[in-house]
Amino acid sequence: MTDEPVISEELESLLNVEFGPEVYEIEKGMVRKFAEAIDDPNPLWREVAPPTFPAALVPTELLHRLLSASCPLKRYLNGANELEYAQPIKVGDVISVTARLTRLRKMEGKEGVTLFMIMEMTYTNQGGEVAAKGRNTYIRY
Amino acid sequence: MSEAVFYEDVELGCEIPGLVKYPTTMQLVKFAGASGDYYQIHYDKDFAQANGLKGVIMHGWLALSFLGQMITDWIGEKGTLVKLSGSYRGMNPVHEDIICNGRVTRKYVEDGRNCVRVEIWAENPQGDKTVTGSAVVALPSRSNQ
Repeated sequence: MTDEPVISEELESLLNVEFGPEVYEIEKGMVRKFAEAIDDPNPLWREVAPPTFPAALVPTELLHRLLSASCPLKRYLNGANELEYAQPIKVGDVISVTARLTRLRKMEGKEGVTLFMIMEMTYTNQGGEVAAKGRNTYIRY
Repeated sequence: MSEAVFYEDVELGCEIPGLVKYPTTMQLVKFAGASGDYYQIHYDKDFAQANGLKGVIMHGWLALSFLGQMITDWIGEKGTLVKLSGSYRGMNPVHEDIICNGRVTRKYVEDGRNCVRVEIWAENPQGDKTVTGSAVVALPSRSNQ
């Protein structure tokens, strides 16, 4: 391993900066495809998005910056996902996603150095109501 | 779909109906397309192995989706999912069962809603917990019938 820091200035500069909003129109086909992909035949998912649908509403800009920031740890995994729901996300909604990196935590584990990157998202509908909030933990190792 | 579950009928410590899924590489490809997560460890075996994995592994979000289905199947249309979370503690390969379970750990009233917290987890056929998490649901009450 080089002397390159695990938490680079580039990564650190992303902390607590709000990215977005990125706007997603919730199309019927998109929700149907998601429900098919997770193999959940619940008829509710014809009009309402299934619980994990925010997985498809990616804050691409922040995620791209996080995963492309220079780091000696080249591999990454999804460590955890949390969602809290306030309003259902329905077909026809327009959802704006904002995201911020809230925490960078370096750990020394038995497999070497691991970096936890925690990102928080807010999903707001066309009426200005928060539909859901999320927290994702990405692991670089 | 199951019958409606009422708050009064849920007991602390009781297990909710489980769910068994059998993911395939094709399902991972479908999920990659539906979610936009094209990380190759989920469908390219050579890439996965070059990353130190035995083979392709499930998207964490897909495993959490199975746990979510277990919860929404259980609560039916009258219940509301309030929170859902999962931590990925092990790799879930394809072409083997993933077994989803849940157990009621708390009942409480908050903001006028009858809430139930459920500890949830997914296991592989060897009994290792590969996902652990929790869900909070709001359930209808028999007294409002």
